Amino acid sequence: MKFPVPHDIKAKTIPGTEGWERMYPYQYQFVTDDPVRNQYEKETFWFYDGLHYPEPLYPFDTIWDEAWFLALSQFNNRIFMVPPVRGVDHRMINGYPYISPVPVKDPAEIDSRVPNFMERAGYYYKNWDALEAKWKVKMEATIRELEALQIPRLAEMEDISVVTDAIGESKGYHLLKNYDDLINLGIKCWQYHFEFLNLGYAAYVFFLDFAQKLFPSIPPQRVTQMISGIDVIMYQPDEELKKLARRAVELGVDSVITFSPEWTVVEAALKKLPKGVEWLTSLALAREPWFNISTGTGWFHHDRSWNDQMNVPLSGIATYIGKVKQGISLDRPTEKVRAERDRITAEYRDLIEKDEDRKQFDELLGCAKTVFPYVENHLFYVEHWFHSVFWNKMREVGVIMKEHGVIEEVEDIWLLRRDEIKSALWDIVTAWATGVTPRGTMTWPKEILWRKGVMQKFKEWSPPPAIGTAPEVIQEPFTIVLWGVTNKSLADWASVQEVKDPSSITELKGFAGSPGIVEGKARVCRTVSEVGQLQEGEILVAPTTSPSWAPAFAKIGACVTDVGGVMSHAAIVCREYGMPAVVGTGHATKIIKTGMMIRVDGSTGAITITR
Amino acid sequence: MTSAAGVMEQAPVDAANVAPPAVCWFEECRRDSVPLVGGKCSSLGELINAGVRVPPGFALTTEGYRRFMAEAGINRELESLLAGADQRDIDGLEEISVKIRALIEARPFSVEIEDLVAECYRKLALRCCMPAVPVAVRSSATAEDLPGASFAGQQDTYLWIRGVDEVLHHMRRCISSLYTGRAIAYRANKGYASDKMAMSVGVQKMANSVTAGVMFTIHPANGDRSVIVIDSNFGFGESVVSGEVTPDHFVVNKVTLDIIDRTISQKQICYTVDPKTQTSQAFEVPFERQKVQSLIDDEITELAWMGKQIEKHYGRPMDIEWAVDKDLPAGGNIFILQARPETVWSEKSQSASTGSGGSAMDYILSSLLTGKKVS
Repeated sequence: MKFPVPHDIKAKTIPGTEGWERMYPYQYQFVTDDPVRNQYEKETFWFYDGLHYPEPLYPFDTIWDEAWFLALSQFNNRIFMVPPVRGVDHRMINGYPYISPVPVKDPAEIDSRVPNFMERAGYYYKNWDALEAKWKVKMEATIRELEALQIPRLAEMEDISVVTDAIGESKGYHLLKNYDDLINLGIKCWQYHFEFLNLGYAAYVFFLDFAQKLFPSIPPQRVTQMISGIDVIMYQPDEELKKLARRAVELGVDSVITFSPEWTVVEAALKKLPKGVEWLTSLALAREPWFNISTGTGWFHHDRSWNDQMNVPLSGIATYIGKVKQGISLDRPTEKVRAERDRITAEYRDLIEKDEDRKQFDELLGCAKTVFPYVENHLFYVEHWFHSVFWNKMREVGVIMKEHGVIEEVEDIWLLRRDEIKSALWDIVTAWATGVTPRGTMTWPKEILWRKGVMQKFKEWSPPPAIGTAPEVIQEPFTIVLWGVTNKSLADWASVQEVKDPSSITELKGFAGSPGIVEGKARVCRTVSEVGQLQEGEILVAPTTSPSWAPAFAKIGACVTDVGGVMSHAAIVCREYGMPAVVGTGHATKIIKTGMMIRVDGSTGAITITR
Repeated sequence: MTSAAGVMEQAPVDAANVAPPAVCWFEECRRDSVPLVGGKCSSLGELINAGVRVPPGFALTTEGYRRFMAEAGINRELESLLAGADQRDIDGLEEISVKIRALIEARPFSVEIEDLVAECYRKLALRCCMPAVPVAVRSSATAEDLPGASFAGQQDTYLWIRGVDEVLHHMRRCISSLYTGRAIAYRANKGYASDKMAMSVGVQKMANSVTAGVMFTIHPANGDRSVIVIDSNFGFGESVVSGEVTPDHFVVNKVTLDIIDRTISQKQICYTVDPKTQTSQAFEVPFERQKVQSLIDDEITELAWMGKQIEKHYGRPMDIEWAVDKDLPAGGNIFILQARPETVWSEKSQSASTGSGGSAMDYILSSLLTGKKVS
């Protein structure tokens, strides 16, 4: 299979973006001035991480890419000593990250890593539950630390307490230090993120692998179903909305809540009523931590949380109030879901002919079930709770930079790299201390304006799915399970042609996420704030969905996403609702238009535009 | 599931009579009825009793066959005709065959057997709510499963037979097919005595199929036991069985019964009954129908469910022929025509078993070391 040479792609710079490289870390560049590195880059297979990055990365948002670049790699290569794989290398073209697993090539070295791996990974698998309990304590402490972190404003005159308490430090110093602390907490959180994840995915991916050896046609969605938790933490925010809906009806304030889609209006009205105040108390309890759920994946600064956009949970509560009033039960059919999971598991198990295969199946299933809650639950702690708080702390930094004239808008901060922000803060703090104007007031606004234009051009560019030289064997579990790099996907990628006329396309292919066939009217919702427009029975077409979209699923007939695999939120929720889902289509939101009639086959992954 | 008529008919033969019946209904047969009604009819009986919807019918038993051969005096004449046969003389054997077959086809059944057949046929027509119900008349051999037993003559099938006289006539034609030249030579060669031969003849309501085909309760390509694979085309199943068309192809998850793969092919021909000759003929499928899915999704699911029940009943992967009857309403119109054990994969063990029965950790390590081949 032939893929383009990375350096050729990079050489075709989009006019007007020359010099874009300075927006990202230098080690992310494909190079031509270092023959050894250049040769390595050419011989390596790089694929575009479209799973995590459907859009080009803003310079600041690159922080999480660097964080997982480090964390995933170190756990594979330096901590657990996974015998045949080192880490996952990263590059960037036009704001789109390309990644590549790095194998251990020397067989002797692989052998020498085996005993260490068995000891280290074995320790985690054996003590999984106890270690996971420790993880939760560490993680919650990290989030508390983040929440408590102050981003101090710089005053004309420092407070008298600096003198009377003999503190001996200024707010300027605290700003610099606390910015470092903020960044370091973010990096630490991602250290924890991968503490269990590599091993968790390995257990899942090799259970899947074994199931597929026994049953070559088994849909991955069924394997996932066998090990998925029923009471996972990611469902909790949605459960809280249901509780609040029931509570509103109980207290008789439901009509106040459904009166307006504007939270500020509803809140003001509730505050005037004793029962409304009572309901607001229940809400306050639910908000921490559950409303830290992001309305996106949490990976990007523009993914705001429910706490940031109260209109979103408000619309969910209103939907559920409507259901309660109609006498429709909001309870998840957990017993049914559990019974179906157990039936499916038992039937597959009964189809296994050999005793030793059945024993192996039981072993791997048991292991996968032990590790899977972590795989599902870590998302809430890291990508949602931590990130939601983190992005807002960064906005506080942005406020200070704006106050000192270095950026024009708070949201401009995302166009700077985190080390550039540190430099700008030094500029601000020293200028503040000295009583002069920061140099950055003249340089950064101009640079930011140019970068905005670059980002716009990057968004219009389509990154090729794969570049470099395809490997013969892939051993890195994430590469297989998360990005679905298989013979088939490589072949699909190799044959990807640029779509000349999107309106001529009538067939789309994605992953079969949840079985069944539904034909209906499509509604494209690019963000969760648009789900209010959904009509009963329509087919939701979205870039991706997250738990904050949950109330939408109570209305729709099927779901289609651009990004995601069989373990994505949309697939899991649709399986539970028993409605079809096709996920990871790549570009459904670009091709399907609201109002089109489409046919979604969640068993085969096919979507047909019927008219 | 119950049979189309819904109720079991009373046995035509007095149960107290110790002698085996000359004629019996399929539902009176079981897996172990092969000596009495041959392989085909006993398997249909077994299916009906397992609750599978099978087109109803009855059989002339081996006992009925023997009585016919004896009562009509055929056995004696056979002996003398066969006495002079030289198994190497093909032309001579053909000549003898023609004489014997004419003899069998010309002799009437005894009044008693004729009455039994006529009574069954009448009841069958009543059950199907169709006067002169069209039937398939086919031989059902007792030695079908023996190696080398599928010699010429034993596969005879006559379709779209209507009226009791025609049924009786074609029953005799089935019987006479035991005496083709090749069959005589084969038996002589193997040392089987002709008077030890026995056969049964099945009479079954024609499935007037709008769509038909085959179904495997195992993936024929990779031995995957978790799927049911269905091939289908419009009309009778002949076009699918013979491989004359590329049929529509469906893969159904056996555990959850959802359709996990489908290929809709361009089906240029199909077999349906020719109204003039009342025989099955190949017709061209109208162009606009050629790429239409020949089985709707609900039917695929129902069929797969039936396949799963049949497999469960037999305790092994099965190879099944089926049809959707156009004379009956949805929900009761899918019929199983034949079911036999799948032989190719059942003899091999499950696809490349890799389980060592060891710990998860050992499996994860060995899989990591092997990696995933990306060719």
